[in-house]
Amino acid sequence: MSRQPQASSRQVDGPLLKVTDLRTAFRTERGLVKSVDGVSFTLDRGKSLGIVGESGSGKTVLSRSIMGLLPKRNTERSGSVVFEGQEIIDLGLKERRKVWGREMSMIFQDPMTSLNPVMRVGKQLTEGLKIHLNMSNDDARATALKLLQDVRIPEAEKRLDQYAFELSGGMRQRIMIALAMSCGPTLLFADEPTTALDVTVQAQILELIGEQRRDRNMSVILVTHDLGVVAGHTDEIAVMYGGKLVEKAPTRVLFANMKMPYTEALLESIPKIEDPSHTRLHVIPGRPPDLVNPPRGCRFSPRCSFVQDRCREEEPPLMTAEHPEHVYACWYPVGSPVHRERTAQLQAEKIGAH
Amino acid sequence: MAGSGKAHLRTGGDVLLRVEDLVMEFPVGRTGLVVHAVSGISFDVLRGETLGVVGESGCGKSTTGKALMMLPKPTSGSVTFEGEELTALPPTEMRAARTRMQMIFQDPISSLNPRRKVRDIVREPLAIWKRGTAAEQLAKVDALLEEVGIDPQRAAESQAHQFSGGQCQRISIARSLVLDPTLIICDEPVSALDVSVQAQVLNLLEDLKAKHGLTLVFIAHDLAVVKNISDRIQVMYLGKICEVAPSNSLYDSPAHHYTKVLIDSIPVPNPDVAIHQVAIQGEPPSPVMPPPGCRFNPRCPAADTRCRSEEPLLREVGDGHFVACHHPLIGGEAPAAVRPVTAN
Repeated sequence: MSRQPQASSRQVDGPLLKVTDLRTAFRTERGLVKSVDGVSFTLDRGKSLGIVGESGSGKTVLSRSIMGLLPKRNTERSGSVVFEGQEIIDLGLKERRKVWGREMSMIFQDPMTSLNPVMRVGKQLTEGLKIHLNMSNDDARATALKLLQDVRIPEAEKRLDQYAFELSGGMRQRIMIALAMSCGPTLLFADEPTTALDVTVQAQILELIGEQRRDRNMSVILVTHDLGVVAGHTDEIAVMYGGKLVEKAPTRVLFANMKMPYTEALLESIPKIEDPSHTRLHVIPGRPPDLVNPPRGCRFSPRCSFVQDRCREEEPPLMTAEHPEHVYACWYPVGSPVHRERTAQLQAEKIGAH
Repeated sequence: MAGSGKAHLRTGGDVLLRVEDLVMEFPVGRTGLVVHAVSGISFDVLRGETLGVVGESGCGKSTTGKALMMLPKPTSGSVTFEGEELTALPPTEMRAARTRMQMIFQDPISSLNPRRKVRDIVREPLAIWKRGTAAEQLAKVDALLEEVGIDPQRAAESQAHQFSGGQCQRISIARSLVLDPTLIICDEPVSALDVSVQAQVLNLLEDLKAKHGLTLVFIAHDLAVVKNISDRIQVMYLGKICEVAPSNSLYDSPAHHYTKVLIDSIPVPNPDVAIHQVAIQGEPPSPVMPPPGCRFNPRCPAADTRCRSEEPLLREVGDGHFVACHHPLIGGEAPAAVRPVTAN
C-alpha cells in the first residue's frame, strides 16, 4: 500500500500531455483579459519543454491552467487538457487533488512565499507523502530525509526540523524541488525556478532538475523569460507572445533556424558575456500587448521591425517550417525575401545614422 | 580571495570617489555576534567611469553601495567624494552631499511612493531643495520624463502601480537625475526586469551617462549585464574584493578562481555550447563567521594550507588588472608574505 515515490507506472499510448485550443481569460473591470488564447501542444513522456516569453505573455497562466491552479471565480476557461489519456480540464477539486503531487507538481519562483513559514520543513514534506501515498509517520520521515539528500541538502536530518526562514534562498529552492518530487510526479512544472537565485546557485538548481528528470523519467515544463536558461536544459522550446504560442521547435532546431522575428529579438536583447563592454544592446521597442484589446493581425506587429501591411490585418496561423516539428506564426519569417530586404535596409539606416 | 590591499587604487586621473578600508559590521540581535558584511575594502572611481560591482547574495555589494551614501555610516574606513570626507560630515552637510550622489534601487515599484502621482515623486527633490520656481521645476521634471521615455501628461495623472516594472525603473532614473548629481549608484537596477526591458534600461543608462556626464557605480549579480555597462569591474565575495580589472580583460583572462566560476555559471543562449560543469557547490558561508585566510578557500578548487591561514592581498597581474589570490589563474604565484598577515 505504500507506493514508492517513483514515476507512475501507468502506461498509456500517445503523449503524456496533450493541450488543445486552451483558452483562459479573466473577467476584470476593464474587460476580459485573454491571458491564454488558443494554445495547443503535446509533450512526450520524459521530455522537457521550455516555455519562453516576456512578462504578460501568458506563460505562467498557461502552466497554471494546465494544472488547474487558477481560481474558478471570474475565470473563463475552455479547450482540452488530456493527461495520460484522461481529460482533466473539468475535474472537480476532489479529483484534482489526486492529480496534484502524485501526477503533476510545480516549483514556484519565490521559494520563501511558497513554503509555509510556520511549519517545519519536515512536516511540509511528510504531509503529502502521508496523504497521497498513505505512508506511516516513520516511512514518511525516512522518505523525506532521502528526498533532502537527493537534492543535496547538507545536514539533511537537521533541516527537517527547521523552518523556511532559517535557510538560504538556494536551500529553500532545493526544499521546493524535494517537495515537488516527493510523490513521484510524471510531470513537473518549474515556473521561473531560478529567477530569484544567484547565477552560481541557478546553475546548480537547473542541473539538479535535469538530473531528477533523467532519474525519474519525468517530463518537465520549464517556464522562464530567459532563453539562456532553456537553451541548455530543454528538449523543446515554445515561445509565447500575447497569450499565443508563436513558435515551437526542438531546442537545437530553434536556435539554428529561428523563424519568428520576436524569438530572434528576444535572443538578441540578452547581453552576451563575450561581447566587448559598452556593446549597444538590441531592444524590442514598446511593450507587450494589452490582452483586453490585443492588436489586430499579428500581435507582435506594432513592435516588429519587419512589419508589413498584411501583418496588421491578418493574423498568421501556425505554419510548419522545414523541420516537421518546427512551427511558427509569421507571414514574413526570418530568411524570407521580405525579411532579408528589410534587414539590409535597417543595416543601411544604422550605418547612415553613425 | 578575497583580500585586502590598496595596490589597485589610482593616484593619477580625476578621482571622483575613493573608498579606503571600508568596514561595515552589524550586530546579530543581542547575541554578541557580528555580521561582517564588508571587511576592509578599498576602491576608487574616476570621473565619467562606470564601476561594476559583482558578486553573489551576501557578498556585501549592496551594503557597499549604501555605505557610500552613509546609509548607515560605515563602522570604520573612509569615503572621499569630490574631495570631501563623507564619514566626517555632520548630518545636514551629508544631506547636501547626497544631492550629488543618487541611488536607483532593485525593485522599481516598491521604491516609488504608491499614493502619489509620478510627476510629483520626480519633482519632490527639487521642492525639498527649493531649486527654481514651480514652473521651472515642472519644466525640468517634464523634460527629464521625456528623456527617459515617460509621457509627462500621463505621469501627472497616474500613480506608480499604473506603470509597468520597466517604466517604474525609468521613473526612478528620472528622479535620481533631477538634482543633477555627479554619481549614480545603481543597486541591481535591472534584476527584476525582463530581458527585453533590461536591454532598454541598460541602453538608456548609457545614453544618460553620456548626456549628463555621469559617473556610475553599477551593482549586480549578473556578470554579463555588468560587463555590458562597465569600464571596470570589481568582483566581491563575502565582504572582500577578489579581483578588479577592466571589463574586457576580466572576461578574457579572469585571474581569480571565483571570477571564473561566475563566468562559467552564466547560461549561454546556445544549445550547442556545452554546459560548464559547476565548479563549485553550495553557497557562501555565513558572514557571521567568515573562514580565516582567503574567504573563498572552502569552495575554491585550488585552495591549499596557505589559503586557509594567510589572507591574499590585491596585486597587479596585468594592465590595471588586480587579483587577491595566492594561486591565480594568470600572473603566477603570489610572493610569500614578508610578515604573516592575519585574517581580516
